[in-house]
Amino acid sequence: MMPLLAEKFGKPPSQRNGESKKSQREKSMATVTILDPSPFAASTASAPTVASLEAVSKNYEQIRALRSVDFEVHAGEVVALLGPNGAGKTTAVKLLLGLSQPTAGKVRVFGGDPTNPANRTRTGAMLQVGKVPETLRVREHIDLFSSYYGNPLPLAEVLSAAGLEKISDRKFGDLSGGQRQRVLFGLAICGNPDLLFLDEPTVGLDVESRRALWEEIRVLVQRGKTVLLTTHYLEEADALADRIAVINQGSIVAEGTPDEIKAKTSGKRIRCVTSLSLAALRRIPGVVEVREDRDAVEISASVAEPVVRQLLVQDATLSGLEVTSAGLEEAFLALTQESNKDDTQE
Amino acid sequence: MNAEEIIMSSTAAALTSPRIERSPSHIATIYLKEAKYEFLKNLRLRMYTASVLSFPLMFYVLFGLVLNAKEAIAGTSVPMYLIATYGTFGVMGASLFGTASGLASDRGLGWLQVKRASPMPPFAYFIAKVVVSMIFSGIVVLALILLGFAFGGVRFPLGEMTKLVGTLVMGSVPFSAMGLAIGYFAGPQSAPATINLIYLPMSFCSGLWVPFMFLPKVVRQIALVLPPYHLSQLALGIVGAGKHESGATHWEVLFAFTMICLGIARIGFQRDQDKLYG
Repeated sequence: MMPLLAEKFGKPPSQRNGESKKSQREKSMATVTILDPSPFAASTASAPTVASLEAVSKNYEQIRALRSVDFEVHAGEVVALLGPNGAGKTTAVKLLLGLSQPTAGKVRVFGGDPTNPANRTRTGAMLQVGKVPETLRVREHIDLFSSYYGNPLPLAEVLSAAGLEKISDRKFGDLSGGQRQRVLFGLAICGNPDLLFLDEPTVGLDVESRRALWEEIRVLVQRGKTVLLTTHYLEEADALADRIAVINQGSIVAEGTPDEIKAKTSGKRIRCVTSLSLAALRRIPGVVEVREDRDAVEISASVAEPVVRQLLVQDATLSGLEVTSAGLEEAFLALTQESNKDDTQE
Repeated sequence: MNAEEIIMSSTAAALTSPRIERSPSHIATIYLKEAKYEFLKNLRLRMYTASVLSFPLMFYVLFGLVLNAKEAIAGTSVPMYLIATYGTFGVMGASLFGTASGLASDRGLGWLQVKRASPMPPFAYFIAKVVVSMIFSGIVVLALILLGFAFGGVRFPLGEMTKLVGTLVMGSVPFSAMGLAIGYFAGPQSAPATINLIYLPMSFCSGLWVPFMFLPKVVRQIALVLPPYHLSQLALGIVGAGKHESGATHWEVLFAFTMICLGIARIGFQRDQDKLYG
């Protein structure tokens, strides 16, 4: 079973992009592939599912961290789980790593139980860690983690892939935040895994370190690895992922390519001082939401120009006009509004 | 491989959670590296070496070499007697701090999750902590003997010295087990305080600071259920100052204590299996 799967996953990077798009269309087929023993089915179907959550719920006492989530990761693709803090991203990753058990539903990795130790030699994980042993040197940490795997990358390769060459003799406690994240990244890749989980890889990093880490992740992706990353930056998901799943309050509320997700979330915010009533503003076509903010109003709209045109026509005294892109906060609001409505209807 | 075989092997995979195919030499390498880096980690941790090595040695120099060097307790010279008791004290400190504080911090602050997500054999982590505690225990005991030999006129036959070192190093095991139990129930910040709260009163009541016969009667009765008392009696027996209880009884108590602690640690381990941190 294992060598057969390995063959399927070990495909040249050049095929990667085409396949990941195809895999979305044939998602249901790909699910079947892994269980379908027929060699013909295997050769015709595109990238198989390497990890999946099937109707998975996870409760922590009173908190419903995940609510019947269906989610799949296909071989060779980069998927981003995008969501605000507390949305359930880390919970999903921990379930897929076999670090915790679902309350309901099935979690599969490489077609089997994620706690299966043999699967763990094929996965690497970068998790959010409060404290890493500080008195060990960078290369010592990597040496130890490499020893767990059967076929690890040579130390020099890990150091260069994670950008650690110059700091390999430094103790972990002496590193900056960005350098620490890179060491954790190095530990995730040192075993040369097929499937990589990156939980908030760039949280707390400055722009420069963030971009450096993105570069390192891209290099890895070019080698045909499968990557699941979680983030609360739309920009990060856009920069790295083939596919984005937006998660909020334990449910996946939107799923699609970065372009599709951006189209759904690209709202504009118009701010101005106007004599028009709130009711009159709401009647303008294209206005999604209006709220008062001190002496001004804030108008949310999917496209700004037609709304602005109407505003200027209807109110000659309008002043203080500002148009900005809606932040991710608004984007999430827009995407999650629908799911919240469903909740209240239930 | 035909269809049925694949289905069967995948079913078996799901049911039996197969072990990773590793050669014995690969497994040995993992355990060795885990222990090597655990040793280096602690050696470079000033908090650890300072409290674990310096305190027993300082006490020994002060109470065994500077003061009381010419006295004798129960027919054994004070420098000799105190090697057994401060040796027990040192072993206890090396083992409790070597296991509990690291484990509590690794658990509470996410590092253990990273290790558990890797293909590390879970036992390697625990064995490394116990073995390294035994090594530091050995270092403390040897340093005490060396000091006693150089400045306190302590003379041993080699056989007895080996027996003393061996006994005390083995005595690290119950306290490492106790450390694992504490490490599973103490928070990352509170672990050192919790250890001290157990370690210091226990040492006093077991006669590790003040020779046993000088302790109040009620304390001496409490001591009978305390593991450091039993380890120190085994050590004192070797240097000729034991209370002539059977050595087997002491070992039995220590063994039972180890089992209880491992049982508690196991409850903590299972409780942790499904808990989210941060």
